Amino acid sequence: MFDRRTVLAFVFGTAMVVTAPFTLQADDKFIVVQSTTSTQNSGLFDHILPVFTKKTGIDVRVVAVGTGQALKNAENGDGDVVLVHSKPDEDKFVADGWGVKRHSVMYNDFVIVGPAADPAKIAGTKNVADAMKKIAEAETPFASRGDDSGTHKQEMRLWQDAGIDPKPSSGQWYLETGSGMGATLNTAMGRKAYTLTDRGTWLSFAKKDDFKILVEGDPKLFNQYGVILVNPAKHKRVKAKEGQAFIDWLISREGQAAIASYKIDGEQLFFPNAGPQS
Amino acid sequence: MLDPTKSPGAFDTAPDRSQTLLPLELRRLTYEASGKRVIDDLDLKLAEPGITAIMGPNGAGKSVLLRLMHGLITPASGEILWAGRRMDRALALRQAMVFQKPVLLRRSVAANIWHALGLRGIDRSKRAIRVDDALRLAGLEDLAAMPARVLSGGEQQRLSLARALSLEPEILLLDEPTASVDPASTLAIEQLLIESRHSGIKIIIVTHDIGQARRLAQDVVFLHHGQVIEHEPAKHFFTEPRSEAARSFLAGDLVL
Amino acid sequence: MTDFIEAFHTALRLIATLDPDLLGIVLLSLRVSLTAVAIASLIGFPLGAALAVYRFPGRGTLSAIVNALMGLPPVVAGLFIYLLLSNTGPLGVLQLLYTPTAMIIAQVVIVIPIVGALTRQACEDLLEEYDEQLRSLGASPTAIAFTLLWDGRYRLLTAVLAGFGRAIAEVGAVMIVGGNIDHVTRTMTTAIALETSKGNITLALALGIVLLVIAFAVNAALMGVRRFALRFAYA
Repeated sequence: MFDRRTVLAFVFGTAMVVTAPFTLQADDKFIVVQSTTSTQNSGLFDHILPVFTKKTGIDVRVVAVGTGQALKNAENGDGDVVLVHSKPDEDKFVADGWGVKRHSVMYNDFVIVGPAADPAKIAGTKNVADAMKKIAEAETPFASRGDDSGTHKQEMRLWQDAGIDPKPSSGQWYLETGSGMGATLNTAMGRKAYTLTDRGTWLSFAKKDDFKILVEGDPKLFNQYGVILVNPAKHKRVKAKEGQAFIDWLISREGQAAIASYKIDGEQLFFPNAGPQS
Repeated sequence: MLDPTKSPGAFDTAPDRSQTLLPLELRRLTYEASGKRVIDDLDLKLAEPGITAIMGPNGAGKSVLLRLMHGLITPASGEILWAGRRMDRALALRQAMVFQKPVLLRRSVAANIWHALGLRGIDRSKRAIRVDDALRLAGLEDLAAMPARVLSGGEQQRLSLARALSLEPEILLLDEPTASVDPASTLAIEQLLIESRHSGIKIIIVTHDIGQARRLAQDVVFLHHGQVIEHEPAKHFFTEPRSEAARSFLAGDLVL
Repeated sequence: MTDFIEAFHTALRLIATLDPDLLGIVLLSLRVSLTAVAIASLIGFPLGAALAVYRFPGRGTLSAIVNALMGLPPVVAGLFIYLLLSNTGPLGVLQLLYTPTAMIIAQVVIVIPIVGALTRQACEDLLEEYDEQLRSLGASPTAIAFTLLWDGRYRLLTAVLAGFGRAIAEVGAVMIVGGNIDHVTRTMTTAIALETSKGNITLALALGIVLLVIAFAVNAALMGVRRFALRFAYA
């Protein structure tokens, strides 16, 4: 049954079949965008990227990690463009020479979600710092991203504003998941914990159980996204032309319109705000 | 020397062709295993054609001696000379060996012979004929496509012998080939050995079966404690053994 | 519970209708792992046979290393390949990061020790039986190695199946070096991780079912091969 010739033919045939598709992909134009899990999980990319690709023929490959990691990867040259949401870090990225120029792209906001039972009684609190204080005092579970992402950095700024250091309570009521937004939401729901999330991810999250938005609207929950071209002077292999084409499209009227048109259940997730100056 | 172009058909080894490798001389041969001297300062000369039986009690060193002759193991000291030539790989290729337990590859009966011929470097065009002849000789033509390892013990050993013969060796060494084989296959194997002897192959067979030695051997080497105690024509050995040990052995006593 | 049953039904429907997204992900996984296993076997077979047959200084150490690498955590292999292929790494010029090729490389690294160590074991076992006879027939060490590889073909097949089982099921390596990019480097395992994190249980379940079926099929094939081989005393 397994005589030598049959085996060799089978092996050779398999080799041809498995390698063929890869040879076809080699010539496609594409860029790598280092972005965040929150943007990915919200579904925005699935909505706007096909429009860009159809117009320019450039494929956009998104690697979704935390903001901190996205910027670090870009420093290593493992990406052509970064699209993240932490302005201080973005400015530093450009100031240090890793990026060419920062453009604002869009904003949305953060919200605090939690179980319907709301043990710390924060529902409707207008001032987010007050809400954080209530959570810390009641020592009710709070799930943190804990992963150096834009959301995480925002969360730490909010704790600072409220004059609270949650780190000593890590492992008790303060749970650092070290994961993306979706995974953190899963953890929060499993442990009946509050968590800070961007509205986009929350709206597109499929399994909400009995959780709802409890705190929103405070100006401090404003969440700005910026896009930067990785500096080709630092890494020769950066696809500067295609990367810039993507940025130009994002801040153009067409790109901004595409962002604005992304809705879930009739609700808009991201608000374009690329002005004449960044 | 073997000339593959000379006999396109059956292996008609020329009579006394093995004379180019005889006499076999073993001089002051020693071999040690686990600190024990298994072959102890052994001298032996085999100059005559035909079948030589090597006999002796268990542990006498018979199997080890055979392997030394074939070059599978090297002695601690002493010489092994075939027609004055030191034992080496080229000489080993003019021999073939059949082991006590048949070692068959996980392939068909025919493929086993085919592969052995390939290992010996026999040209592809010559292999088919040799395989057919070997199968016929061993009475295994009907089983050619069967997996070799599902054959009975006797059939497997016949195959081992046929495989060895297909290589057209000048010297054939056998280590208790029919120890676990049924009588019918034993008979077939013994007949094959007699035919081979007539076609000029020198055969050295280790056997503890006195009846078999009687049936086959022209001369007998009696081994004890790693030394040659007796070496003489078979009929002398069986009727008038010179040593006490040989007498006990032939009488069926335990020889210590 | 009803949520789960509903998701399960939808999952089955996705499978039955050959949903294009699902199909794309499954095919990519198969392509990556099959290619990796094929390459790893081409390297692992001769490696294992050589370790069994040839005598050379350091042989024991090398065997021990290959054995130990069987336990290499896939995510560690992924990390290692990532460091090599990153733009700041030594092989950055190849621009392979975040491509299926990088995933194949990582999985090759994971599978070679498995195929190599199992091949070595198979060859050693066969050698115990065959050594004297093959040397008697005049086989050189290389000829012996080839003889063992063909004779041990069924055990080698199970080694390959074992390697494939490991490759198709791992998530750490392909996630790190592939980046889980939609339609490019998203495999069954990374997709399951992603879809679950988005709360999208339906697609995750569908993928999970397919992956489970594949894993069971590999296992069944393994048993089948063993039984077949035993029947003809080819084992």
